[in-house]
Amino acid sequence: MALTVELEASAPIPLAADFTVGPGEVVGLVGPSGSGKSTILRSIAGLWQPNHGRVTVDGVTWLDTAAGVSLPPHRRAVGMVFQSYALFPHLAARDNVAAALGHLPASQRAARARELLVQVNLGGLDERRPAELSGGQQQRVSVARALAREPRALLLDEPFSAVDRATRERLYREIAELRCGLNMPVVLVTHDIEEASRLADRLVVLHRGRTLQEGPAHEVIMRPASSEVARLMGIRNLFEATVAGRSDTGQAVLDWAGLQIETEAGCAPGTPVVWAIPDGFVVLHRRDRPSRGEHENPVPGRIDEMIVLGQTAQLRLCPDHAPALPIHFSVSLHVAQRNAIAPGVAATVSLVAEGIHVMTQSSGDSRSAAP
Amino acid sequence: MDWTALWLSLRLGFWTVIVLLPVAIIAGRFLAYQQFRGKGVVEALVALPLVLPPTVLGFYLLVSFGGDSPLGQAWRAVFGSQLVFSFQGLLLASIIVNIPFAIQPSQRGFEAIPRDVREAAACCGMSPWRALVRIELPLAWPGVMTAMVLSFAHTLGEFGVVLMVGGAIPGETKTIAIAIYDRVQAFDTASAAQMSMVLFAISILTIATSFALSRRIGRRLG
Repeated sequence: MALTVELEASAPIPLAADFTVGPGEVVGLVGPSGSGKSTILRSIAGLWQPNHGRVTVDGVTWLDTAAGVSLPPHRRAVGMVFQSYALFPHLAARDNVAAALGHLPASQRAARARELLVQVNLGGLDERRPAELSGGQQQRVSVARALAREPRALLLDEPFSAVDRATRERLYREIAELRCGLNMPVVLVTHDIEEASRLADRLVVLHRGRTLQEGPAHEVIMRPASSEVARLMGIRNLFEATVAGRSDTGQAVLDWAGLQIETEAGCAPGTPVVWAIPDGFVVLHRRDRPSRGEHENPVPGRIDEMIVLGQTAQLRLCPDHAPALPIHFSVSLHVAQRNAIAPGVAATVSLVAEGIHVMTQSSGDSRSAAP
Repeated sequence: MDWTALWLSLRLGFWTVIVLLPVAIIAGRFLAYQQFRGKGVVEALVALPLVLPPTVLGFYLLVSFGGDSPLGQAWRAVFGSQLVFSFQGLLLASIIVNIPFAIQPSQRGFEAIPRDVREAAACCGMSPWRALVRIELPLAWPGVMTAMVLSFAHTLGEFGVVLMVGGAIPGETKTIAIAIYDRVQAFDTASAAQMSMVLFAISILTIATSFALSRRIGRRLG
């Protein structure tokens, strides 16, 4: 029961998407606002008609513009959870769910709706109207309603954006539990990379309607295909360099503004590249006592900015060799305090070779890479 | 007290509402959801009876309903009677005059339904007809009901157009508003006062009922 999606449109936004979602698989469509992710979801549901496209589920064609096939939304067996939940305000929770049970005999609908509400941990609240439910509860009703139709594909359009953080964490767990019992393709639209990486098996990264990269979540985050994807993944440490040579083990050594950086990549010397390192692979040296890790790509510099967010200190280090190319990283607040880190102090970090991701420069990269 | 005139006005109001109810739902929904070239022109035409002086509108209706007009001739060919100075002619005029009162509030009612709620109905597997009956109409109902109340109340009070198209034939086209004017002309102030009071009471009752129902629906929707 796989969902295959091929879409192409020129207006209102250019769109070119092509992906498959396997049964029981969760694919996250990620990208900034206006990247076309919601439009793709709406095209699958039949709420928007692309110029060209083909959408099939389990061998059933929902859309095939070449053959002139386009089923109206009510004839596509989709379960859709909307960003604002879109519950029917005049109906009680149970009736909201029962509204999607048109395929069952009328006598069975109320009982089935109650069962679904229990499944999403809303037992006992079936008589409440949406206005009498909290955001998280409304979201659960919306999920129950989407599942009620026994859909062949489940579509989630930024389903967690309107709830508070604590509720969101709980809902993540509930969705993770729920999907164990589902054998349908699930498409999740979100602009939150962390959310996508936690819930999705695979990510499709979109920008201005085009697919930039598709792959397992950890791979997209750790090994972005381009600087554009890296930036969308929230990687701030993105720099241009040239491959200076190879190490004894045959791996590329980069010349980054005059500083040699060892990597685990294998590019030919002389190649202009863009390299990225996620925050977590930048390690602060202890200022009082040197340690073994200091041999790995040490970068001395000066702390330029320190922002304390709860128990985390977000730091910016301006390297001595190139102060205009700051490195961003985070440490626990107690680590920052123990090392007497403050704006203006000298500090050294190591760039862990394992975390350095090297991308060959394309025309797009050279435009978007950090100066 | 001219009970015949009151009864005629109530009948006229009732039939106007009955005919305009589906028009308000269909046209209001269409204008609320469809985007098309010339939509502004159509909306302006719908609103036109609001700004035209009643006597001007009445004059044009009189001309277009007359025995020499195509409409008047077609009417005579089918029903064997004339359209002007008849209850049917009066009803047709009343329907045209009330188009803005019926369509505009209904359109606002449909516009107030969020797009994703309508889309959710389709994603729940509801056919467009089922979505209209189960989701859209209950949600747009305050607007539709306001449309009907306004049309009814306006029909009871309409004077200029009714006089132009219908004349003042007792039992056929003499509505209560005309009867009041008639009594005042005859210096029968007592009768005029009595009828005015009845019309006043009916208007208050209609508006109060509509407000009460709107509040109840509002509470239900939270």
